[in-house]
Amino acid sequence: MFSNRYIFIYTAVMVAAVAVLLALASTLLRPMQQRNEETATMQELLKAAGKNVDRSAAIDLYNRTVTAEWRVNREGDVVAVYDNDRGSWKQTRGKADIKRAFDSDLKEEMEKAAAHEADAAAPDGFFPVFVCNGGETYIVPLQGKGLWGAIWGYIALGKDFNTIEGATFSHKGETPGLGAEIASEPFQRHFIGKKLFDENGNFTSITVQKGGAEKYPGDVSHAVDAVSGGTITSNGVTAMLEDCLSCYVPFFRKRQSLAARPAAADTVEVSHPVENR
Amino acid sequence: MAEAPLPFWKDMFSAKNVKLLTRPFGADNPVTVQVLGICSALAVTAKLQPALVMAISVTVVTAFSNLIISLLRNTIPPRIRIIVQLVVIAALVIVVDQILKAVAYEVSKQLSVFVGLIITNCILMGRLEAFAMANKPWPSFLDGIGNGIGYGMILVILAFFRELFGSGTLFGYQIIPASFYEAGYANNGLFILPPMALILLGIIIWIQRSRNRDLIEKEK
Repeated sequence: MFSNRYIFIYTAVMVAAVAVLLALASTLLRPMQQRNEETATMQELLKAAGKNVDRSAAIDLYNRTVTAEWRVNREGDVVAVYDNDRGSWKQTRGKADIKRAFDSDLKEEMEKAAAHEADAAAPDGFFPVFVCNGGETYIVPLQGKGLWGAIWGYIALGKDFNTIEGATFSHKGETPGLGAEIASEPFQRHFIGKKLFDENGNFTSITVQKGGAEKYPGDVSHAVDAVSGGTITSNGVTAMLEDCLSCYVPFFRKRQSLAARPAAADTVEVSHPVENR
Repeated sequence: MAEAPLPFWKDMFSAKNVKLLTRPFGADNPVTVQVLGICSALAVTAKLQPALVMAISVTVVTAFSNLIISLLRNTIPPRIRIIVQLVVIAALVIVVDQILKAVAYEVSKQLSVFVGLIITNCILMGRLEAFAMANKPWPSFLDGIGNGIGYGMILVILAFFRELFGSGTLFGYQIIPASFYEAGYANNGLFILPPMALILLGIIIWIQRSRNRDLIEKEK
């Protein structure tokens, strides 16, 4: 029979061996997994810009489509610029410790911005913006929650910073056939041509309207059809759009007024917030 | 594994060993006869591709966990054998999950939690307890492959019908021509939902039992 001593040693050796094996597998495979995650993100971004590609071609097309990555603060100023020099990204403006938009996480930045508002000593959050085709299209990320878990997406805006040129949504585990439909082409197509601001310049966001866009009390150009049977996911999309895009409203407004002065439209004004220490 | 006098392949694939491999395809099928692994059979069979990947993953995990447990069987203290089996299964499943994330990212996203849930697939523990703990490594390995394929077979059959009638595609390629849709044909949404997998599984069990009457329980 096996003694207690044997059992303890057996367990300890087994656990150690398995730990080494798993650590090894994880370390060896991590670079490949990371690359997959990155190319999947690029693929989603490109889809918002209206380009459907295979994941294998995503890096190449991303470097040809996205010409600059910006970070903007709560006041709407561009605080960092990274330029794309044929696939290699160089920071041309802003502080060196501000990362590329691609490497930043909107949710984290929103939390930082909120913390900064409560306590000026906390570091500020800088929201990511992706500039496509030399300033024809601007893509902002979205993050929110659906019924079962995280949902996220990207919205591409025209250079009027008002009209949506494309949208893409993904989800972690919404109900297939119902909430999961937000990731489908027909749902996302409805967003094209919708507007974020009404004619008076007020931010309205986009509402995913249960029962169809025409049920929306205001102008139909601020609403899209909800997914039938996916009300909570649809509401999650509405809340996500409202929450995330409202962070960018000062930025949108500043760019809109810049565009009104055509001579200044091409310059990027970089300001260093004084309270940043 | 194989003992000397006969050429080793003859010994390795003796009638008895081959039977270990093939019995789970029919008369001893883990899904339709032993009724194990139903949960994942409902969950991952809406499309053929994830079903096939799941089938391969489960086959790999059953085969290698059977092999490892069989190699260790004389050293495993009986009092902690279930824990040892679980650790071996869990380790293999995590490795499979990591490999899928690295080389088959889209599929691993579709399968999401179900790869992790291979750990709880009753077929694995069932085979370890019933076979690998009492048999030599090679027969155990064959038994694992056989049961994995027996399970995967049912998954692929279910997924074939569910994808064809639910989405009109196979492996993502459109099979039902557009002219059918113009003539008023519509995909059957019920096939996408898990209950239809259960109904199809019931039909498979019915067909199998009507052909092999030995499987029908005797009335007492």
